[in-house]
Amino acid sequence: MNDVLTVRGLSVTVRETALVSDVDLTVGAGERVGLIGESGSGKSLTALSILGLLPEDVRAGGSVRLDGVDHELVGADERRMSRVRGRDIAMVFQEPMTALNPTMRIGDQIAETMLVHKTLSKPAARTAAADLLERVQLPAETLRAYPHQLSGGQRQRVVLALALANDPALLICDEPTTALDVTVQALVLDLIVRGVVDRSSALLFITHDLAVVATVCERVLVMYGGRVVEAGPVNEVFTRPRHRYTEGLLAASDLETTSRRLTTIPGNVPPAGRFPSGCVFRTRCAHATALCEETPAWSGSEAEGFACHHPAAQGSLEGVADA
Amino acid sequence: MKRLNPSLIAGGVIVAGIVVMALVSFVWTPYDATLVSPASRLLEPSWSHWFGTDKFGRDVLSQIMVGSRTTLFVGVVAVGVAAVIGVPLGILAAMVRRWPGEVIMRGNDLLLAFPALLLAIMFGAVFGASTLTAMVAIGIASVPSFARVIRSGALQVMRTEYVLAARAAGRQPFPIALRHVLPNVTSLITVQASVSFAIAVLAEAALSFLGYGTPPPTPSWGRMLQESQEFLFSAPRLAIFPGIAIAIAVLGFNLLGDGLRDRFDPKLEDRR
Amino acid sequence: MPEHIPTVHDAETPTAIRVVDLVRDYPRPRTSLLQPAPVVHALRGVSLEVKQGERFGIVGESGCGKSTLLRLIAALDRATSGHVIVEDTDITRLPERRLRSLRENLQLVFQDPMSSLDPRMRVRDIIAEPLVVQGHPASGERVRELLEAVGLSADAGDRYPHQFSGGQRQRISIARALAPRPRILIADEPVSALDVSVRAQVLNLISDLVDELNLTLVFVSHDLSVVKHVCDRVAVMNAGQIVETGYTGDVYAAPQHPYTQRLVSAIPTLQRALSGATTADLLAKGEPA
Repeated sequence: MNDVLTVRGLSVTVRETALVSDVDLTVGAGERVGLIGESGSGKSLTALSILGLLPEDVRAGGSVRLDGVDHELVGADERRMSRVRGRDIAMVFQEPMTALNPTMRIGDQIAETMLVHKTLSKPAARTAAADLLERVQLPAETLRAYPHQLSGGQRQRVVLALALANDPALLICDEPTTALDVTVQALVLDLIVRGVVDRSSALLFITHDLAVVATVCERVLVMYGGRVVEAGPVNEVFTRPRHRYTEGLLAASDLETTSRRLTTIPGNVPPAGRFPSGCVFRTRCAHATALCEETPAWSGSEAEGFACHHPAAQGSLEGVADA
Repeated sequence: MKRLNPSLIAGGVIVAGIVVMALVSFVWTPYDATLVSPASRLLEPSWSHWFGTDKFGRDVLSQIMVGSRTTLFVGVVAVGVAAVIGVPLGILAAMVRRWPGEVIMRGNDLLLAFPALLLAIMFGAVFGASTLTAMVAIGIASVPSFARVIRSGALQVMRTEYVLAARAAGRQPFPIALRHVLPNVTSLITVQASVSFAIAVLAEAALSFLGYGTPPPTPSWGRMLQESQEFLFSAPRLAIFPGIAIAIAVLGFNLLGDGLRDRFDPKLEDRR
Repeated sequence: MPEHIPTVHDAETPTAIRVVDLVRDYPRPRTSLLQPAPVVHALRGVSLEVKQGERFGIVGESGCGKSTLLRLIAALDRATSGHVIVEDTDITRLPERRLRSLRENLQLVFQDPMSSLDPRMRVRDIIAEPLVVQGHPASGERVRELLEAVGLSADAGDRYPHQFSGGQRQRISIARALAPRPRILIADEPVSALDVSVRAQVLNLISDLVDELNLTLVFVSHDLSVVKHVCDRVAVMNAGQIVETGYTGDVYAAPQHPYTQRLVSAIPTLQRALSGATTADLLAKGEPA
């Protein structure tokens, strides 16, 4: 399996403040990788820096390489990035309305996306557009509709069709179903998974929802405070977490507990850029010691490991601090 | 993250400059601005008269300095009239959603469609031309834009959950308007005030030029323009200096308005 | 898996809220001069009963009418027909001046921690607002007591909402709701905008306060898992109607109505995913294409 996306030592800074530090990330062809984190974790900034879509005053450092693209993506100029975007990497955002042109019919938008990068003839592009819509289970009439005439779920399916139009090597989804109802989310998630499986595309799926990641992805990276704190296969990370943050997150989201009270992580998520030095989780961690003032080294391989001075035993969820 | 933007700084500096000039003119001007001296008629700019003199021998620089008082006075009162009427109307129209709100806004549209200068000339004809009638007329003509902007802001505030929470706690409409709506539209009021100020300055100049504004001998930039007409070819500087003063003042208040808008825009503020 | 035992409510427990055949139609803006304005049927005959001290959940997706129902129960909107009876008073058509007791006894907590607090007011004034309105002396003592009850330090009162995180703002909202010592607390999606690690804290806080103060809780959410954890009974809403009511454990384990079945099956959970469920399984119960 060749690696489609290779991120090494990615950092994102705004003026002097580091928002993302030392992110290593690899996604292989046909692999579905989840990036999970809460607000301020830097998960969305990571996605945006892969696409070269960071806001003006925000800078990325490190290396992002994409299979089949012969140049570094970090710091690449807009002209080169726009050739990569939409053809090799496609992205689905949380809010579908912003990704669609409100004054253009759906069919024209999909056809245009294909015409920008490929030498498809116009009629061929129209046929292909209808075909794409069919694959996201939208009727052919949708071609003639304008974005505002569609529901949120339908729009997100159109955005997905647009993203898949050029069979991208990598599809990035940033909270694609957070704004949708549960029943609609189920359909969109299924379409995303089927879309990447059919094309053997790599998927980088960003969300705050543990259950969604567990359902969609095979491998997961847990981010907190702009760093990857743990990575590994979904089954491994979610049943035998090693980092204390992952452990706490799993316990806090366990609504099946028989007790009235839920296990909590004390304190609040600090605002972006205000996380402590050393281990980013130490201010909320029950196991933190003076040692945690030093940034913990990564233990294990890049595909499976964690960065914690006092990792949970390789057992299960036992021993979680109840605050 | 709140930062000063270039428009805000430039606008602030210009406006502050005009205010300082007006204040200084109370205690000191190079000459008495209304002093007629036939001996020094239509002098070219020189070290003794930087901007020269007009047909009555009055010092142009002194007149411009004293004229800035008129300009500011007109602006303050016109904007005051517009805000005092327009803000409550806008909030009222937002809070009573049924037909009274509609009536207010349609009446507002009607006034908006009426040319401001025409209204001011009518006022001048009925009540006699004076700085006061000009101010009130310009103020009334600025009411609709105030009401409109404030209404849209107030509608947004009315939709927030804190207003809902206040209603659920039993707050009556008037206290809600005073405690929740008004404080949350103050930024809109400030922006609209500076934009209206610029319009008022321009309108006063136009009215004085037409003879419906500030009557002589009180110096006014608009009337200086009017009086300079007959010398447009022989002494164009008489038109140029007050013209530049008006242009700078209008620019200053518009820049200030733009700058304030950018600074108060929550979308820009939240940007990280 | 074992459920926590729901509080048993026999026939003698007094009713806190009764809703009878409630209908709410909204006129939409006219689209044509010749035809009458189109009407949105937000509620099409909703009936339910919440006992005193009960934790009652209302679950549904966007546009199902749950927010409308909640506003009618809080007398923030007028019903087209039907009745809302809160603690033996029919509030449906009462004028505002006669709602005083409702305004004290029933308080709300909203979803959006950004929009539910006035950005121009200090926290202590926000919390004291319901007290001031009701004509109680808004003592600093009571505000400190409330801040402490929701786990905030006393100096939080001097600050402004934007200086707090989402979870802390939600605590402020809860403190404000508790200020007039209400008997009924209505929470409208109180945790859907919060981070997972903070969500548990706020749910615990609501749960503790409901127990401590003997509150009746109406908890509205789109998330059946959260409702299942918090509530004893649940009503499932779809298209302006209640399609199913029952004990949350039962509704979750064995949904009866086809819509509830679809809803339950569509919820991704860690347990299901780790035992091999895929996205296709979320659609198991006949998703319309």
